[in-house]
Amino acid sequence: MQIIKNRSIVEDNWQLLGADDPLQNGDIIVPFSRWQAEREQLLSHQGKLGVQISGGEDLKALAKDLQHFQLIALSFERFADGRCYSYARLLRERFSYTGELRAIGDVLHDQLAYMERCGIDSFVMRDDQNLAAALHAFGVFSDHYQTAADLAQPIQRQRHV
Amino acid sequence: MYIYDQYDQNVIDQRVTQFRDQTQRYLAGDIGEEEYKILRLQNGVYVQIHAPMLRIAVPYGLLSAKQLRMLAHIARTYDKGYGHFTTRQNLQFNWPTLESVPDILAELATVQMHAIQTSGNCMRNITADHLAGVTADEIEDPRPYCEIIRQWSSLHPEFAYLPRKFKFAVSGAKHDRAATQIHDVGIQLVRNEKDEVGFKVLVGGGLGRTPILAQELKEFLPKKHLLSYLEAILRVYNMEGRRDNMYKARIKILVQSLGIEKFREMVNAEWHSILETAPVDLTLDEAEIERVKAFFNNKQYDANASHFNLQSEIKGNPSFARWVRHNTVMHKQAGYRAVFISLKAPNIAPGDITAEQMECVAELAERYSQSELRSTHDQNLLLADVEEANLLNVWQALDAQNLATANIGSLTDMICCPGLDFCSLANAQSISVAKQINERFQKIDYIYDLGELRLKLSGCMNACGHHHVGHIGLLGVDKKGEQWYQITLGGSAENDASIGQVIGRSVPIEQVADALEKILAVYVAQRYEGEIFLETYRRIGKQAFKDKLYANN
Repeated sequence: MQIIKNRSIVEDNWQLLGADDPLQNGDIIVPFSRWQAEREQLLSHQGKLGVQISGGEDLKALAKDLQHFQLIALSFERFADGRCYSYARLLRERFSYTGELRAIGDVLHDQLAYMERCGIDSFVMRDDQNLAAALHAFGVFSDHYQTAADLAQPIQRQRHV
Repeated sequence: MYIYDQYDQNVIDQRVTQFRDQTQRYLAGDIGEEEYKILRLQNGVYVQIHAPMLRIAVPYGLLSAKQLRMLAHIARTYDKGYGHFTTRQNLQFNWPTLESVPDILAELATVQMHAIQTSGNCMRNITADHLAGVTADEIEDPRPYCEIIRQWSSLHPEFAYLPRKFKFAVSGAKHDRAATQIHDVGIQLVRNEKDEVGFKVLVGGGLGRTPILAQELKEFLPKKHLLSYLEAILRVYNMEGRRDNMYKARIKILVQSLGIEKFREMVNAEWHSILETAPVDLTLDEAEIERVKAFFNNKQYDANASHFNLQSEIKGNPSFARWVRHNTVMHKQAGYRAVFISLKAPNIAPGDITAEQMECVAELAERYSQSELRSTHDQNLLLADVEEANLLNVWQALDAQNLATANIGSLTDMICCPGLDFCSLANAQSISVAKQINERFQKIDYIYDLGELRLKLSGCMNACGHHHVGHIGLLGVDKKGEQWYQITLGGSAENDASIGQVIGRSVPIEQVADALEKILAVYVAQRYEGEIFLETYRRIGKQAFKDKLYANN
């Protein structure tokens, strides 16, 4: 499957598992509830481990276990649900998560730039999206009024350097 | 006023490029209807009954003459020659085509204007006291802080998809003319016991279906923490606000359901975490505050202006005298006045202004008011810095353009939403009700005798006309396809803010003026010397009004 990662289109092999899918070898992403329920088993998994969390789920509980995950998938159930933008910033800026932060679900061209600023670095786009066109979403703005997970110096401070 | 630097200009230019691309992809079928809707809303574009509507931001109501001329040009070129000022101090055009919007935005950008976040579930235009900087009761001019918040809130990557819209108002004076108590966040400049100026922060006010007054969230916030604290409020709201029901998604519902104590605890926890752990410091630097302030405290006043004898000029010219009395207010600088330009002439929709009128006002601003003007939340305009010696000229020019109706603060200075004539949400016409009221109450002496009266009119429960906080509020409702009006009494949006009480069953739309006449008759009969309508209502309660209104039915 092709995804966007660090502003490039790349082939990706992570497997997104549901609550009842059998565990398999390779790189897998499991729902956070499954991590909580099957922690021991997942810790001995052969391959990389990722976890999926949606807006409304307990980010602070997840934050205690960050060292176990090479990837965190933020699930945008509707693109207009903005909770995961805050989750992304908190994971990066407060909980110092440095692994891959991935947007999944209703992920569309015109939301990529803000997602990236909040710390998301890979994007599994919705099926109907044109990945090549979506790369143009990045870098439209040369400077920003706010800092975010990109650690941009806000304009208000750049003015006084 | 604030002048963009290259950073500010780049942001709005790049925003135009972005939206042009989005609109082209939409028109080519590459973006779905629902997905484009959210993008266009955040660029000010609604789709209304007749056509798209474009809402242009007028940050804290401040405009230059040059900007107003551009709005006149846009009205002529892309619209039907007029625009409409709103209660958020913004300007709406009702008839542009969608295809032309990127071009309009590009033209606006040439005069440092935009339509960013004037709609949608995001942080909206920041409103302020229309007398900011010229009123004697001011602790500090609120506009530098409005501008700082405008910049911070523009294109904020974390808060573009909030549960619902989010509105700030900032007041710097003792008299709250910015309606801070009915905003999601209201900010008041205050002085603490150490004589430092900072902010009192209110949260959770709002109108709409569930009118609620804001509660105090923080008694005193030092200036340097403004942005970190707002970021904490917004983050708590973004994560915790309801998203399952759009009618319960405003921050006021979250604050009510958690209780102010719990909400404060959550905001404080988030705020302290930001202060302690944010990798890039969010402190608002003194140098930036001073830089922005310098754009607002640079007015030159003539100390000799006070030598002019306005009283002798007024003598023998009763129309001019009336206008001076009702449409101008004292300025902190002796010899100057702030001049209201009434957009409430009897024969026009409240808040509407033609391109020709805009050009007239722009010229007056250039000649007599330091090339600036303001929009007010009552949908009028204001020339803030007029020498008394120039008032006669200003009055004559305004009068020639039907802009000198001497009714500011009176019954016919109504706040009125566009209603069913334009708005796809409305249940009832509102402009025709304003017209009905104007036709009934034509005797200016009677209107003056009624004194200060805030009449506010909304064509549906979304309350864009702020009916809940009118001394008299009128709300359009739909009853089986017929238009009726519900009447509330006793509301206020000022320091003594209150939500009006429904007086009884609604009246048919064609009987609104009759009902008003009865209500006002009770006031006139019952008032004490010098008492305004609101005070009489608060003293005697609603029963007398109710008895009169529903007698013989």
